[in-house]
Amino acid sequence: MTTTAPEPGAAMGTSSAPVVEMRNVRVSFGGVRAVDDVTIDLRPGEVVGLVGGNGAGKSTLMKVLSGAQGPDSGEIRVNGQPASISNPRDAKRLGIETIYQTLALADNLDAPGNLFLGRELTTPIGQINDAAMEDQTRKVMGRLNPHFKAFRKPVVSLSGGQRQAVAIARAIYFNARIIIMDEPTAALGPGETAQVRNLIKQLKNEGIGIFLVSHDIHDVFDLSERISVMYHGRLVGTVNKDDVTTDEILGMIILGKPPTKLTEKDIAELKG
Amino acid sequence: MANVADAAQGQDVQVVPRPGLRGLLAQTEIDLRLFGMLAALAIILVGFNLISGGTFLRPVNMVTLGVQAAGIAIISTGMVLVIVSRNIDLSVGSLVGIVAMVYAELMANWLTSLGIGIDFPFRWAIALAIGIAVGAGFGALQGFIIAYIGVPSFIVTLGGLLSIRGLVWYLSNGAAVTGLDPTFQLFGGGAQGSIGGTLTWAVGLVGSLAVVGLLFNNRRRRRQYGFPLRPMWAEVTLAVAGSGAILGLSAFANANYWPQGLADQYAAAHGLPAGIQISTGFPDPLMILLGVTLLVTWLGTRRRFGRYVYAYGGNPDAAALAGINTRLTILKTYVLMGVLCAISAAIAVARLNAATLDVGQSYELYVIAAAVVGGTSFAGGIGTIPGAVLGAFVMQSLAYGLAYIGVDSPGQNVAAGVVLILAVGLDSWNRRRGTRTPR
Repeated sequence: MTTTAPEPGAAMGTSSAPVVEMRNVRVSFGGVRAVDDVTIDLRPGEVVGLVGGNGAGKSTLMKVLSGAQGPDSGEIRVNGQPASISNPRDAKRLGIETIYQTLALADNLDAPGNLFLGRELTTPIGQINDAAMEDQTRKVMGRLNPHFKAFRKPVVSLSGGQRQAVAIARAIYFNARIIIMDEPTAALGPGETAQVRNLIKQLKNEGIGIFLVSHDIHDVFDLSERISVMYHGRLVGTVNKDDVTTDEILGMIILGKPPTKLTEKDIAELKG
Repeated sequence: MANVADAAQGQDVQVVPRPGLRGLLAQTEIDLRLFGMLAALAIILVGFNLISGGTFLRPVNMVTLGVQAAGIAIISTGMVLVIVSRNIDLSVGSLVGIVAMVYAELMANWLTSLGIGIDFPFRWAIALAIGIAVGAGFGALQGFIIAYIGVPSFIVTLGGLLSIRGLVWYLSNGAAVTGLDPTFQLFGGGAQGSIGGTLTWAVGLVGSLAVVGLLFNNRRRRRQYGFPLRPMWAEVTLAVAGSGAILGLSAFANANYWPQGLADQYAAAHGLPAGIQISTGFPDPLMILLGVTLLVTWLGTRRRFGRYVYAYGGNPDAAALAGINTRLTILKTYVLMGVLCAISAAIAVARLNAATLDVGQSYELYVIAAAVVGGTSFAGGIGTIPGAVLGAFVMQSLAYGLAYIGVDSPGQNVAAGVVLILAVGLDSWNRRRGTRTPR
């Protein structure tokens, strides 16, 4: 059984070069090491599940990649090139889009306003072109949710699934190469969850790399090629999904031990 | 509006009408709140007209009322953007005060000592430009402290209110400053500070054509993309009502005439028969307000800056995560406030023909009241600029009308306060019922 992938890109499976590498990333808040020397990577068309308990540091690590949080140290490479990401604009320029758990929508704006927030389409004299943005939004939402019609309503009046669709549309419209999804199905009903799962598979086929942050082990097992587990800010390990059982992943999440160090007693304890 | 969005997509999609007046209004896509404010304004004006026995609604009263409201309304356009982005500006009265004093000092003393004597061309424009720069500078300073250092806007602008008013005293050594440029005085309105009958008709004509043009252009663009369209009767009603209102106001303003003495002097000087009547038309302060309203509405709804202000107000985190430079956006709202205060100060100084120590005193309260009555929400993200301008007119009509029928100033204040609370209370109640469409 293979356990950790010490060198980015050296892990088994696909042979293509990583689209993202995060090396030795550290983030501290006061004296707390939220992310402590973590190294992970992601290849094109691959889903890497990022799991861990509350406060394990997964969201903070992803915020570093999306530009919402500056790292104390560490290196980020995109397509093999060192990348400097100091704000969300930098990340978006590099083709890194994020779907936040909170969705990060401006409730008072309509769907086109949110989809193009920060990247508004304008006329030649720099005026906001609402009609063109609505037109594009109708096209992309037609793919995600054909029943969606509330293009001119503030998103506060939309359902949870519709709001999620707007947030996803924003991530895929701009030809992202890397998408970070933070708990994408946490607030959704069963039907909508299935839709998101299908979308993830579709995006994967289009060659987009996805970091999937989730509490839901079953989601992660179903959708990911590899799983990275964090525990108290550290990376416990990155494993190929096919090489591990859910019990072993649980052991990594709860006890912070890689599968090789997991004893029979530990597993018995986990099963409680 | 809901039915428009729900209608199927396609060519010339028509709306399924909801019954009743509300349904008809929805089809015109008029903001219900704005419509309600117009109705309230009409009720106030007609009400005072009845109480006063039909004398209140004379052109001379309405022109005076308009000039008085203009100074507040101009600043309230910017206050909308400040409150929408979850901030406040308490310093506007003091900003008006300091820029007013700068204008007066410039024209009475400073420009002359700089070699720009009273015969210098465009002396008034030089003073205006410097005043606007001073206003923008104070605004930028406050905006910087709020946006980049992170001191709450309430504190920063409360400090501004106190300290900038103190600076006014130092600038003037405690005395009023007089001696304005004659051209500058035209900012204050009055017989000569109005655009006259011909120009007023021209403005009315251009305005009514613009309404039709905008409606036509909007429809053409929506058809081009195959979006749902307003029913034709609604378009025609809007066009007729809009352009009719503008032409009606023009006619009304032109029914206001120069004082006969002044008109006779003018007639004698220009070889015209004595006893002619000269229309004032729209007063300059109202034309300035019109320009400011159009400009700030454009900034607020058609430029990225405005979109970011609303996005930040709706969800500050979302705005930041979308890559918006939120700090710069906030800073800009305060620079805009400084500029608007300087414009308002020009009107105030010109009307007084002097700068006193208390120019602009309590403006912050009236300006905030106008914005809030106009539908701006302190929760952030919601508020319209035309709404705030209407709010200023509602408040000013009330004050002017009460004064006109002989209610003293304390009584006016009581009424203004009650109306403010009533307006916001009605709004909250309406929103809880869920019938109100935000923005």
